[in-house]
Amino acid sequence: MVCEMETDQTEEMDIEVLSSMWPEDVGGTQADNNQFNVEKPAGDSDTLKEVDIAEKRTMADLKRLPELMNTTDQGSSQLTNLVKQWEYMQDHAVKLLREELKILTKQREEAEAKELKIIEEHNFETQEPENVPVLDDTSHLLRRFKHTKRDALVGSKRVEIDEEFDTVAYWKQKALSLEKMLEASTERERRLIEKLNESLKTMESHSAPVEELTQNLKRAEGFLHFILQNAPIVMGHQDKDLRYLFIYNKFPTLREQDILGKTDVEIFHGGGVKESEDFKREVLEKGKASKREITFETDLFGSKTFLIYVEPVYNKAREKIGINYMGMEVTDQVRKREKMAKLREDNAVRKAMESELNKTIHITEETMRAKQMLATMSHEIRSPLSGVVGMAEILSTTRLDKEQRQLLNVMISSGDLVLQLINDILDLSKVESGVMRLEATKFRPREVVKHVLQTAAASLKKDLTLEGNITDEVPIEVVGDVLRIRQILTNLISNAIKFTHEGKVGIKLKVISQPSFASEEQNGLTETETSVWIRCDVYDTGIGIPENALPCLFKKYMQASADHARKYGGTGLGLAICKQLVELMGGQLTVTSQVNAGSTFTFILPYKVATSDDHSDDQDFSDMVDHHQAEPDDTTEGYFQFKPLLGTIYSNGGPVIGNSNFLPHKVMLTSPLKIINGFVADTSNNTGQSETAQVENGCGYMDETCSGQRPESVNQYENGTCPSKETESCSSSSQASSEGGALEMESDLTVSSKQPKLLLVEDNKINIMVAKSMMKQLGYTFDIANNGVEAITAIKDTSYDLVLMDVCMPVLDGLKATRLIRSYEESGNWDAAIEAGVDIKTSENDVHSTNRLPIIAMTANTLAESSEECYANGMDSFISKPVTLQKLKECLRQYLH
Amino acid sequence: MLGLGVDRLQADINRLLTSLFHQGVLDEQFLQLQQLQDDTSPTFVYDVINIYFDESEKLLRSLRLLLMDREFSDYKKIGLHLNQLVGSSSSIGARRVRNVCVAFRSASELNNRPGCLRGLEVVEHEYHYLKNMMHELFQLEQQRLLAAGVRYPM
Repeated sequence: MVCEMETDQTEEMDIEVLSSMWPEDVGGTQADNNQFNVEKPAGDSDTLKEVDIAEKRTMADLKRLPELMNTTDQGSSQLTNLVKQWEYMQDHAVKLLREELKILTKQREEAEAKELKIIEEHNFETQEPENVPVLDDTSHLLRRFKHTKRDALVGSKRVEIDEEFDTVAYWKQKALSLEKMLEASTERERRLIEKLNESLKTMESHSAPVEELTQNLKRAEGFLHFILQNAPIVMGHQDKDLRYLFIYNKFPTLREQDILGKTDVEIFHGGGVKESEDFKREVLEKGKASKREITFETDLFGSKTFLIYVEPVYNKAREKIGINYMGMEVTDQVRKREKMAKLREDNAVRKAMESELNKTIHITEETMRAKQMLATMSHEIRSPLSGVVGMAEILSTTRLDKEQRQLLNVMISSGDLVLQLINDILDLSKVESGVMRLEATKFRPREVVKHVLQTAAASLKKDLTLEGNITDEVPIEVVGDVLRIRQILTNLISNAIKFTHEGKVGIKLKVISQPSFASEEQNGLTETETSVWIRCDVYDTGIGIPENALPCLFKKYMQASADHARKYGGTGLGLAICKQLVELMGGQLTVTSQVNAGSTFTFILPYKVATSDDHSDDQDFSDMVDHHQAEPDDTTEGYFQFKPLLGTIYSNGGPVIGNSNFLPHKVMLTSPLKIINGFVADTSNNTGQSETAQVENGCGYMDETCSGQRPESVNQYENGTCPSKETESCSSSSQASSEGGALEMESDLTVSSKQPKLLLVEDNKINIMVAKSMMKQLGYTFDIANNGVEAITAIKDTSYDLVLMDVCMPVLDGLKATRLIRSYEESGNWDAAIEAGVDIKTSENDVHSTNRLPIIAMTANTLAESSEECYANGMDSFISKPVTLQKLKECLRQYLH
Repeated sequence: MLGLGVDRLQADINRLLTSLFHQGVLDEQFLQLQQLQDDTSPTFVYDVINIYFDESEKLLRSLRLLLMDREFSDYKKIGLHLNQLVGSSSSIGARRVRNVCVAFRSASELNNRPGCLRGLEVVEHEYHYLKNMMHELFQLEQQRLLAAGVRYPM
């Protein structure tokens, strides 16, 4: 409505203007004398007649309104407008009358002209000479003059006619007709005058302005009601204190007296009321009309948004006396607009997300491809490279001169480095792709620490002290993935050694309470069992790590600085792998460091505490490295130290070690024989021999340093592979231990009263050979069946104490065979087997054992599903391939007692 | 051949073995094998490995024949052969041969012919590498035994 009015607004003054009830400057910024041109009243009045104006809805403080009209600017200007309009209308009426007068005058002139013509005709007829001036009669003035002259002439002519004419009757007749004409003319003139008078009279009746104004006002008011009665608009006037003096289209449930004389705050409660009040006050203070959208949240009408227009009102003295207020409900529009905005925003966000996602997908794909390629490449590279390194190593065993040997050593160590790098990459991609599986094995933390340190000491080329410190409360045995833990420890230790030039490198183990990062559900499992958190510090007194390098320390291919990378080498993968492994196991790896003072890498891991009752039958790990289970101090010892032994070497082995590149402290000669060997070797072949010394004395050194303790895994390989004379020359303890272990096993099993009957079902020749040899060592013999059918046949004929059954076999696999055997045990006949197509000749001497025959599966898959399958098919246990002596021993022990 | 190279030869053997372990060509199972060798069967390792090579060569030949056949479709047979190979390789501790065989086997399970062909190549490569290394090892062992056998009258 407002809009329409504004656009319709014109300044043309010749259109009739109706002064409205709207204040003049509703537009806010419009010039003061702009008027609303609502519509032409002429067109409007017709419409209004049909409209039933609901005056009831109007609410006006009638007492105040006139007062307001009289005192305010707007009021007075409106009155002025009304007066002006009235004057204008009067002017118009005058104009109309004048026009009418003009028409009448014209008519009269025409009549006169006609009369004159008639007279002239007549003159013409009579040939009466006439002094007609030949003048231009277009000139109005002249014509008028002529007319008056003619008028005068008419009067004199009549006299002249009388005088000049001869027959009286003719003239008399003529005079009569003329007189008639004159009479008609006079009559016409009289009528005109009458009409004129009448006109004047009606004009006088129109001249009462109040009546007309009232009518106009009524019309305007009616029109406004017609327009506004259903509009979602509320209008009001408030005084300086923002008390309502006038309101139109108030909220229906409010009565007039509820509103008038009160402020917004007094009427409504809720959100937005205060804001609108403040807004009004602001407008009042600034004296400048403005609009604002305010959302009300009132008990009365709920949540509604109003577009509010407020303008200040001045009195004639230009003082502010209040405000005019107009509100329009725009809730729906606002809602729609907000919806639109939200949609648009959502759209934008979605688009951004989509593009981001696309980017991510692209990157991920690229990464995956790159990773895949890296893994493939790594594998591809590894194979030929290992060939190169292996050949180089073989080459190094041949006769070479010093220079060649040096070159070869470089070659081998570079090759080893590349191999290590590739292994690291493969490891890492394994962890990242989630292929890495953790295994839970029982192990002794003290031993692990010691082994790691020993291994490190074995390759130590520096004057460093390696130490291990384990507090007493650390359990003797815990369960965890010992291989991974070793890997982490070895990695950290070799790192520490790499960056430490003097001082100490060590490992510290202690039990801590559950750290904060471990969430409850993560440990829900371990908490029910006995679990323990062990904190492991790997510390050194090395070059340290600058603080700014710490964040990227665990990132792949990152080293503290490019300088370090050049100086110390390495792939930069080690720590990343450690971190991933630690996190995989549910722990945390952190580092603290001080430049030039050293670094400490700390990892915290949860372990299950091994229960002591199954101590005897699970010694996978400890057996592998330790044959001295009897040594009590070993399992509880909490402190190890490996000191550099440079002094000894220099005093004792000077001539032996010509080449100081060889790990000098390792050549700690343990027996006179060695020394002799060393000297002999030295004289015979200097370069080649010193290397030999290095390798074999590596183990000698360790035996020496941890004398009386068990030998460690490192030289166990060597012991294992040198069955004859070499072992003798090594420390006696290690040999005794390995032999002792074997003896113990044998005695364990051969003690049993009678030789049990065993059946091995296996199709693979190699496996049979190996198993046979193992059984021999354990003191057993067994029968062999090459497939399931043979197995069933054998079982039918002989009563066995135990069957070792390969799962994967031709003709009839282990699972099916077992099922058939079980069905026989239940039913006592081989029908099921015969049904299955096994050719069985039942005979008299069939043995029917009532006991359940223990069947142990041998499977190449160690995955859980496969073991479940074994159990589901009636197997009692399973050994994962490859079968080891240890596994076999345990299994036999379990089922043959 | 004066009996003075025994230590050196042993060191060479150790070194070779270490490198094979390091590369992952062999694993702990090979040690098991060595542990099984005693005075009653002094050539146990050698025998087993030789049988392994004989068997594996047959299997590989058969595999190659199968895969070279244009209308070949018997992936099941390939799988059986590979099972054999996996089993015996893991028994002697030939870790890398075993691993590549497992990969080959998964390719055959998917009836992926190019994968099989590639797998075969890799397996053959690893196999030959292992064979060379074992050959080397046995030679060294033999030399060492010879050297160890030398006795001087004191």
